[in-house]
Amino acid sequence: MNPSNSALTSTAGRECWLPTLQLAMQEVFELMLACPLEVPSEPPIEEGLDITSMVGLAGQLCGILTVRCGSKSAARMASRMLGIDADKAGPEMWDALGEICNMVAGNFKNKITGLGDGCMLSVPTVITGADYNLHSMVNDEIRAVLLFEGEPVVLSLEVHN
Amino acid sequence: MDNIRALIVDDSSVMRKIVERSLRQAGLGVAQVIEAGNGAEALAAVQKNKVDLILCDINMPVMDGLEFVKQLSGVENAKGVPVVMITTEGSEGHVVQALSAGARGYIRKPFTPDQVKEHVLPVLEGKL
Repeated sequence: MNPSNSALTSTAGRECWLPTLQLAMQEVFELMLACPLEVPSEPPIEEGLDITSMVGLAGQLCGILTVRCGSKSAARMASRMLGIDADKAGPEMWDALGEICNMVAGNFKNKITGLGDGCMLSVPTVITGADYNLHSMVNDEIRAVLLFEGEPVVLSLEVHN
Repeated sequence: MDNIRALIVDDSSVMRKIVERSLRQAGLGVAQVIEAGNGAEALAAVQKNKVDLILCDINMPVMDGLEFVKQLSGVENAKGVPVVMITTEGSEGHVVQALSAGARGYIRKPFTPDQVKEHVLPVLEGKL
């Protein structure tokens, strides 16, 4: 990690990351799905979120960015991205959610000064099913819940110091 | 501009379809689209097919987009074919790397069809 970039090394320097992460996600949905995401007025119930997409970050920032939602939402996202009926999305919903996660990660890191060139992204991985535990050496988590067509989408950036 | 044959290189089939749709919505005269899932598949595709334009991701398994662009210069069938990178790796360093490797344009994901047109049209017209 580059010690000269305090925004990357200190929790205090990461204060702006939550709104930046939300903005990165909102831009992806507006540009690629033509659908604005809403900020919920109160915390939504996070049930049935059975699809998780993950992208690893390595370099000046190490961690995992995940996007979780329900399979119906994932099918609707694929539908909007591809211009097809949601019930015909099939396995393409996994690919679509993986790409969304990848674009959010890329868009986020390009908005953080000094991170664009110093952080590599993995190809996305998608997990189906809600009954799992993810174990990683997390020191900090930045988490946001936004609404896609009224349904929750959970965005999380787990940071390894 | 008419009858453009485009090669779209991305490991995501969803993204390949989105890029194809964006090209068509941009009205760039794309008549035929060939798809490849990584740089190695793309090299094989340009050896078998004549294409006028290549749109290529960077982060891909097997062979990434930068390596593909470097190796493309050695393919006789693809001499002079413009490559536009379409990628989440949007930092200045990545842009410089891609242009140094031989790419003629660079589009950051997420993008709109208008942005695709804005970056691809000058390349097709030979202005870049």
